[in-house]
Amino acid sequence: MEFPSNLKYTKDHEWVRVEAGTGVVGITEYAQGELGDVVFVELPAVGTKLQQGKQFGTIEAVKTVSDLFAPVSGEVVEINETLKDSPEVVNKEPYEGGWMIKVRMADASEVNTLLDAAKYGEMVGH
Amino acid sequence: MKKTPFNEIHRQLGAKLVEFAGFEMPVQYSGIVQEHKQVRQSVGVFDVSHMGEFFVKGKDAETFLQRNTLNDVTKLAPGRAQYTALVNEKGLLLDDLIVYRFANSYMIVANASNIDKDFAAFSSRRNGDVSLENASDETALLSVQGPNSVATLKKLTEVDLSAIPYYHFVEGKISGMDAIISRTGYTGEVGFEIFFKADGDKCGKMWNSIFDAGKEFGILPIGLGARDTLRLEMGYCLYGNDIDETTNPIEAGLGWITKVDKGEFVGKNAIVKAKENLTRKLVGFVMDENAIPRHGYSIYNQAGEKAGVVTSGTFSPTLETGLGMGYVETSAAAVNNQIFVDIRGKRARAHVVKLPFVAKKN
Repeated sequence: MEFPSNLKYTKDHEWVRVEAGTGVVGITEYAQGELGDVVFVELPAVGTKLQQGKQFGTIEAVKTVSDLFAPVSGEVVEINETLKDSPEVVNKEPYEGGWMIKVRMADASEVNTLLDAAKYGEMVGH
Repeated sequence: MKKTPFNEIHRQLGAKLVEFAGFEMPVQYSGIVQEHKQVRQSVGVFDVSHMGEFFVKGKDAETFLQRNTLNDVTKLAPGRAQYTALVNEKGLLLDDLIVYRFANSYMIVANASNIDKDFAAFSSRRNGDVSLENASDETALLSVQGPNSVATLKKLTEVDLSAIPYYHFVEGKISGMDAIISRTGYTGEVGFEIFFKADGDKCGKMWNSIFDAGKEFGILPIGLGARDTLRLEMGYCLYGNDIDETTNPIEAGLGWITKVDKGEFVGKNAIVKAKENLTRKLVGFVMDENAIPRHGYSIYNQAGEKAGVVTSGTFSPTLETGLGMGYVETSAAAVNNQIFVDIRGKRARAHVVKLPFVAKKN
């Protein structure tokens, strides 16, 4: 199972990749495997203010539904429109095409509170 | 936790295992959607050895079953099976069952979660020359379902499978092993349930021979996840979700197996009364918005009043939409009636449909 080292991870199985003050957010390979076939991703509108650790959306698999939690605080500047018609991309490419939202980060230091790839991998037993 | 004789095979196949009805069971192997489509389009195999099997013998066996199940057992000829149910004195559902008639005996197939409860209920009601045997632990059960199930299994048996009508069975050999081969299933597809004694190395041999025979059809093992989406597309009840000890067979849409004119049976008076005073009905509904209903979500009528509750809900891999079943007040139960499902605080539009959601092919 792959956990790229350039990402930071939450205990709730989201990842964030920081690109010039913007955090790109998705869920991990482990999370998509546990959920199974993703059939619906409910994301916030552009402009929504997020708070670290608070719910920002919902992801539904055939038999399960899970909340999505913001790894960082800030304003949603873009959502992945592809997921509306092709939610299965989250299963196929959790770190690339399956990204969910981009957040203009309110506090860059927040990423230091997140797990690195090794710690996250240890937590999920891989 | 109990294990079926195929537990080690599931592990080797990398199945995701979960606790279900006290058993460690595979919920999925390759993925629910792929497994679901495999059964609808070709053939798949379910390990359902957790189900219960009781044998009923003795000269009063027919009378006993007639008094203790809802359907009319006297209509069963040898080699036929019947969908039926066990209720308590209040006419509430203890379990839904299939009864199989042999020349001089019967087999009852019960839900895994209800094996002990059902066997205790049947035992306490025993009367006259009736013997009951709980063979659940010794009986393996594989369900081979899908349009290519006949072509798969016919390589393994001399039994003329295509001559077995729906809800009929024969005793014959599969891969040289004695089995009860039943044209039944929980998917709405053509399919067979194969009961056999789980002794020695039979289980591994049976599994491997079926998978070898089905190789050309891309045969796959199917978990409980797809079993649930397949049955729900057919509008089949799942005990513990859609029916339980708080529901009567009439409101559950099981009036067709409830033969109130067959004579006396346990629960009859209560059911006759319930029939005259029906307050709610189990209905199927399809979402009109991009939302997926789940077990326990509330249903509202057009006036905005609570009108019922979702008992089963899923994303349908065939229709690619959210759908479900639930009990609603009778005034909201008409086909095409608009209802609303509370999806985590948002009321999403849905409408009542006639079941099944997807056409049956069995």
